[in-house]
Amino acid sequence: MDEALIKDHKPAWKGGDLPYKASYGKLMMWFFLITDTLTFSAFLASYGFSRFKYQDSWPVPEDVFTHFPFLHGDHPLLFVALMTFILIMSSVTMVLAVNYGHKMQKNKVILWLVLTIIGGSMFLGSQAWEWGHFIHGDKGAVVTNGSSSYSINDSLFVNSNLAHVFKDGHMYSIDNLSEGNHHDSAHSDDIDFDNFISAFASEKDLNLRLSDKTILDHDVAVEYLKERGLRTIKGADLYENEYGHTLFGDYFFFITGFHGFHVFSGVVLLIILLVNVIKDTYARRGHYEMVEKIGLYWHFVDLVWVFVFTFFYLV
Amino acid sequence: MASETKGNWWIWKVFWILLFITAFEVALGMIKPPFLVDTIFLGTKLLNHIFIILTIIKAAYIILEFMHLGHEKKSLKWTVLLPAMVLVPYLLFIILSEGVHSYLMI
Repeated sequence: MDEALIKDHKPAWKGGDLPYKASYGKLMMWFFLITDTLTFSAFLASYGFSRFKYQDSWPVPEDVFTHFPFLHGDHPLLFVALMTFILIMSSVTMVLAVNYGHKMQKNKVILWLVLTIIGGSMFLGSQAWEWGHFIHGDKGAVVTNGSSSYSINDSLFVNSNLAHVFKDGHMYSIDNLSEGNHHDSAHSDDIDFDNFISAFASEKDLNLRLSDKTILDHDVAVEYLKERGLRTIKGADLYENEYGHTLFGDYFFFITGFHGFHVFSGVVLLIILLVNVIKDTYARRGHYEMVEKIGLYWHFVDLVWVFVFTFFYLV
Repeated sequence: MASETKGNWWIWKVFWILLFITAFEVALGMIKPPFLVDTIFLGTKLLNHIFIILTIIKAAYIILEFMHLGHEKKSLKWTVLLPAMVLVPYLLFIILSEGVHSYLMI
């Protein structure tokens, strides 16, 4: 023992105290989660920044996430609501595993851990489906040359670089107008686009909605397409997407992707945990604290999703 | 730890609360009551404020109950909560007001 630490012939502090009444491992998990909280906060804050800055061309979430497996038609919010339910449910099974860990009941811990892993995997599968749908696209849009404001028939329009086809107040799929020949889903060539315009012109009840949500009447819309239209677009990549501003797609991929990566890591950790529970590693150690530590991480993943759900899908 | 002897009922209680709040949010998001959509408060719809408040309530239940932070020592509780409670609103205030500002400058 260092001489400087000794007062009154007793060591000032020889370790062993737990000022926070929590073990080293649990504290470190908490500190990691604090940093991760700040990371996700920064992502969502920058999402908010871009959304405010480009509010004129930001898509309405209900127009984007409308699909549900095996169901036709528009069901906004339903699928993400299901994903949220799955994740909350897996959080519950995780707490139950932690609870039975405290009671040292190995078989119950195994049962609830397996259910948590199933829940996490179901969530990952749902997210893959959602990504697939987002990338593949839905109704499609027209890319327009919106570098400046301009006028048709003495009406002034602000710039817009994306326009959606509307029919009776609902978004209308461009597939109905382009005979379904999308060899390359993101880009189609000039001849296709001329055909697209004439198909649009022949259906008198079609309107065009610009990205700032102004609706053009049919005749104005045809003029607009001839003057400003460049090509049709379907789906999304990192450069552009059919839904709205490029950054919307980028943030979608980045934030839900980063969260999905957390879920994936969580599932891997849970599987390692399960193997160790089965091998009696924690029974020999005398406590199931590792279940608690991984549990903290798992609940954090659920916590982040609660915020992503609100700011990506609801607000 | 007191919870070692507790049963499981509190877990299911929190589950039902979280489920109910989420269902309520989804219902509001689908119905979109015109009154809540048309009323603008602090730069956004009243509906969005409701969503944010409900989200924070859900987050509180997850952190304090599921992550057990509400039953930890007070010093640990604040060590975890304070950095987020100070830095996140600060970050949001700066970044979102800059976002509105740069929108007005386009």
